[in-house]
Amino acid sequence: MSAYLQIRNLCVTLKGGIPILRRVSLDVAAGQVHGLVGESGAGKSMIGKAVLGTLPRALQVTRGEIWLDGVDLLSLPARERQRRIGATAALIPQDPLTALNPVRRVGPQITRRLVDILGWSRSDAEARALHLLEEVQIPDPARVMRSYPHELSGGMRQRILIAAAFSAEPKLIIADEPTTALDVTVQKQILRLIADMQARHGTALLFVTHDLGVVSKVCDTLSVLYAGKVIEDARMRRFFTRPIHPYSRALLAATPSYEDPEGALTPVPQSVIEQVEREVQDHDRRAAP
Amino acid sequence: MRDARGDIKRPLGLRLWLSGGWLLLLALAALLAPWIAPQDPLAQDLFTSRLPPFWESGAEPGFWLGSDSLGRDVLSRIIHGARLALIVALVAGTLTCIIGTALGLIAGYYRGWPDRIISRFVDIWMAFPPVLFAILLIAVLGTGLTSIIIAIVVIDWTRFARVIRAEAMTQGAMDYVASAQVAGRKRMGTMLAEILPNVLPTVVALLTLEMGIAVIVEAILSFVNLSISTDSPTWGGMISEGRTSVHQAWWVLVFPLITLFFTVLSFSQLGEGLKDRFDPVLR
Amino acid sequence: MMYQIKDLQLSLPDMTRKPLLGAAPRIEILRGLTFDVPQGAVLGIVGGSGSGKSTLGRAMLRLLEPTGGSITFNGQDITHLAEDDLRPMRAQMQMIFQDPMSSLNPRRRVGGIIAGPLHVQGHEGIGAKVLEALDMVGLPRSFANRYPHELSGGQRQRVGIARAIALRPEFILADEIVSGLDVSSQAQVLNLLQELVRELGLTLAFISHDMSVIRRLCDRTLVLYRGEIVEQGPTAALFANPQAAYTRDLLDAIPLPDPDQVWA
Repeated sequence: MSAYLQIRNLCVTLKGGIPILRRVSLDVAAGQVHGLVGESGAGKSMIGKAVLGTLPRALQVTRGEIWLDGVDLLSLPARERQRRIGATAALIPQDPLTALNPVRRVGPQITRRLVDILGWSRSDAEARALHLLEEVQIPDPARVMRSYPHELSGGMRQRILIAAAFSAEPKLIIADEPTTALDVTVQKQILRLIADMQARHGTALLFVTHDLGVVSKVCDTLSVLYAGKVIEDARMRRFFTRPIHPYSRALLAATPSYEDPEGALTPVPQSVIEQVEREVQDHDRRAAP
Repeated sequence: MRDARGDIKRPLGLRLWLSGGWLLLLALAALLAPWIAPQDPLAQDLFTSRLPPFWESGAEPGFWLGSDSLGRDVLSRIIHGARLALIVALVAGTLTCIIGTALGLIAGYYRGWPDRIISRFVDIWMAFPPVLFAILLIAVLGTGLTSIIIAIVVIDWTRFARVIRAEAMTQGAMDYVASAQVAGRKRMGTMLAEILPNVLPTVVALLTLEMGIAVIVEAILSFVNLSISTDSPTWGGMISEGRTSVHQAWWVLVFPLITLFFTVLSFSQLGEGLKDRFDPVLR
Repeated sequence: MMYQIKDLQLSLPDMTRKPLLGAAPRIEILRGLTFDVPQGAVLGIVGGSGSGKSTLGRAMLRLLEPTGGSITFNGQDITHLAEDDLRPMRAQMQMIFQDPMSSLNPRRRVGGIIAGPLHVQGHEGIGAKVLEALDMVGLPRSFANRYPHELSGGQRQRVGIARAIALRPEFILADEIVSGLDVSSQAQVLNLLQELVRELGLTLAFISHDMSVIRRLCDRTLVLYRGEIVEQGPTAALFANPQAAYTRDLLDAIPLPDPDQVWA
């Protein structure tokens, strides 16, 4: 089965030529969850932004291909590309507070995509929104539709954003640190909800996170990033049992686990950092003309 | 992990150099006015009245930017006018800045009753139309350099107080202020040692903006004949005189106007440029 | 006992619900907390957002004044002490803040930041003490001349630690100090803190939402939920045999980096 999202040799640079992503390639198949793991500054969010066409102004794609459902997005004219992305992909953002417009009621914010992009009638869209809110287990959805974002808890807001992301039946969803701002108890519910929804709708999911614990709960495959370069690609179980790259091993060793309190917490050793830095430099040298 | 943001080079401040250069030129002209002005700015001579600037036919050497209806050299008057403009800018700007910043800091950091009193005053002050207020003040205080400076300070301190109060409130909520309290620093010490350095870039930007405004206010007051006595040349006075004869001698109006425009622009650009260049956080 | 806290209550006016006239209703943030911090203990304070854990920390350092109950520090009642009377005691109680970007004055160099509390408390030989503090947290001495924004997150948090230990306090409160850090620097900061506690004989209160971090670092743990203590006790026992339902929920919700964890 060919992957729904295929990224090939994607390079993104800051204007002025500083590389942010270094020839990133990855596949996400329909019905699969692919994790993007890395520390802050590794460029993991930028991959999602590049796919959705929401890179900050200072960044530009310099080469590579992003195949979404058999079409190379980067070969399309800007307007056509944005239309395609809007119809087939959606985002679950990190911060549920800023992702919702505080002065508008929740309902229209869910139905907006359906009405504006897909041309649904208002009443159809509202019926669909109600159904979705039920699906993400929001009690009394009719009342929630009429509420303002600040009247709801963080977990509720994130559920609403999940409902909104699934509203137009997208084939690909990008979740960018969707539970980082939440308490662990709420995080658990939200992760489970995302996994359920993804499985039920058969969506391809690109899951960006810094938390290896979270990855092990939701992902089928994953890529580890360092300085915008993919350091290791792995199936989930293999990664946690037999990580290949020393940097992956070091990341795992540095993650605290309450089940093993006496186990030494080993920070990523300097030698490992030097090794990945060297690999990144080698890569840059090869990429230079 | 390396952070690519550190590699961005900020462009060298072109506007800093342009605006700073213009103001430096103006300051030199003001200081050396008696020696570099080609003519006596007050000397009237009806034989040289309404001479055009040097590139037009009928111009006379020595009157580079032409002369007005009384035969006074426009360039010399602009150079001498710079003295008054810059004195007002520096003195009124600085005084306004000190008073407004102090009150804004106290209101924003101490909050409570000092804030209520200061904020109430600011609200009331802002309800007066500023130019009318200035004219009223001058009418009470009488004309003269000191009156103009007092008028500007009295009217414009609120500009600083308002902005600095908001800034001090934001900074006061930061943890480095709590950290100073944990260290046992006194409130006044925290305000001066921790908060003031953080609002300083804003203060500098406001100060230069205020200097530009002071130049304009002085020009407006001169324009309505409420400034210094009419025989010392001022830009506002020149603009006011030039207005009456703009069809016969446009240069009498246009050159002081251009000078005023560049000076005010330079002041505001200087502030922005300084902020960009000397803030360790942005640099 | 370093700290004895009895029936501690704290409420703040809720300005969003203030009626047009009259006083705003008060929100109860801490609802009667009672616990001790023995000399040399490492106490973990854990809870979700809105549990009041940060407020509790700030009340313990008297950055906030309690509305009820009492706080005794080293045998002295500090519940309602005025700032002037607290000042001499501040040298004994220090704090490391959650966000080093906001807690380090951006317009001061690292050396000046660490020297600040030493100046205020009237120390001598400040230059040497600053360098010593940098050594202890494992930062190069040359960092004294840098600005906070020139450092990485982990390095900034070390500066925060250096500032707190430079005074050689008896007690340090660490408020979510690793939650903003990447795992690799998180491990470094935790190991450093553990070392310092041992070497300097510190008493530490460690506020966190992360049970795994608490388990590694703390010998006693206190679980907060909506301003009340739902459970407290020795860490090992609390993790092995949690009594309160909320503690069990917290433990069950932690995603371990282990694909075989059963996540009921």
